[in-house]
Amino acid sequence: MYTTELGKTDGSLAQISQEDPALVEAFEARVAADEFIEPKDWMPEAYRRTLVRQISQHAHSEIVGMLPEGNWLTRAPSLRRKAVLLAKIQDEAGHGLYLYCAAETLGVSRAEMIDALHTGRAKYSTIFNYPTLTWADIGAIGWLVDGAAIMNQVPLQRTSYGPYARAMVRVCKEESFHQRQGYEIMMAMCAGTPDQKAMAQDALDRWWWPSLMMFGPPDDNSPNSAQSMRWRIKRDSNDELRQKFVDITKPQADHLGLEIPDKDLKWNEARGHYDFGAIDWEEFYAVVRGEGPVAKERMKARREAWEQGAWVRDAADAHEAKQRARASA
Amino acid sequence: MSQDWPLWEVFIRTKGGLSHRHVGSVHAPDGEMALRHARDTYTRRLEGVSLWIARSSDIVASDPDQAGALFEPAADKIYRHPTFYDIPDVVRHI
Ligand SMILES: [Fe+2]
Ligand SMILES: [Fe+2]
Repeated sequence: MYTTELGKTDGSLAQISQEDPALVEAFEARVAADEFIEPKDWMPEAYRRTLVRQISQHAHSEIVGMLPEGNWLTRAPSLRRKAVLLAKIQDEAGHGLYLYCAAETLGVSRAEMIDALHTGRAKYSTIFNYPTLTWADIGAIGWLVDGAAIMNQVPLQRTSYGPYARAMVRVCKEESFHQRQGYEIMMAMCAGTPDQKAMAQDALDRWWWPSLMMFGPPDDNSPNSAQSMRWRIKRDSNDELRQKFVDITKPQADHLGLEIPDKDLKWNEARGHYDFGAIDWEEFYAVVRGEGPVAKERMKARREAWEQGAWVRDAADAHEAKQRARASA
Repeated sequence: MSQDWPLWEVFIRTKGGLSHRHVGSVHAPDGEMALRHARDTYTRRLEGVSLWIARSSDIVASDPDQAGALFEPAADKIYRHPTFYDIPDVVRHI
């Protein structure tokens, strides 16, 4: 997922117990029956806050995710690749906007969310705090990062909060092209010169483990996941999705003739799944704390984009004021 | 912290002959700008042939707590449905 604190819930059970038990019970029953909860329906405060956090983090990730790719727009190797990358980046902007809208239905303003991102109070996916060193990274991101995002987002199309589920339906429709264009870049590099193939391998080496971390902490260390699963905010466990991703991705790497950087990765006939090595969670938490190689650069670029776009917003305001004045004259 | 522009609801007619359907919302200072934002945000892939924009604050919505009182009476008026009436099979075209 594109949230760093997946499965974390807000508010204690003590708080819930202060809410009208009849309302809580009716809510729990609706969710258990796979009904969708809509903005004006009664919901526990902890459910609302958990969703605000998850959806806004998801939105921020879409927006910040444009930055590493944007860096490569002017250096795309052909006009075709440039047009494709531009279209993908526009989609990510759209994803951010669908998600901000969904979060706003829970009573938080767009301005508050953007402010939280720009002042560093809000989190976004740790995956975007890694640098994109070569063009092959753009291939690896589409293939692995968008691939992991798809795996996380598909079940969210049935998440219990209606506006979030509907935003996810739109997002999922658009994601498939993102992954395919990335894999196509990898195929082109792997069919190229030995140097190009080495770049593709290097990109896989650097993006593999961060991609696995996108599924969040292991289930036995994800204490609030149970609550999110019960509320049907989350529908699959982190480890289940991670396993599914490994199982699907290994044959794709084989097809490219690339090696996944994990010596423990091997097919387990008995389980019917690939076994894989231990993840370095210390690295994950360091990146969550903002110690990723390019965390500061990302936020600086994001704030600059916002500040440098201020004149456009001001002009739109001035235009509206002028039209209004003319209409009333 | 800056102030949000007003919120506008976006409705798309996906193709001729169908009605407009709600797809989401956008922020914009005025309707014209909202239309442009809606076009960029919601129709990048031939999703529609027509857009409607309405100020969110202008929408009057029913209260979910009143859903029972508003919509349930229909359930005990089953004579509003054609299947309520028993007509012999020999009678055709009815
Ligand atoms: Fe996305
Ligand atoms: Fe994407």
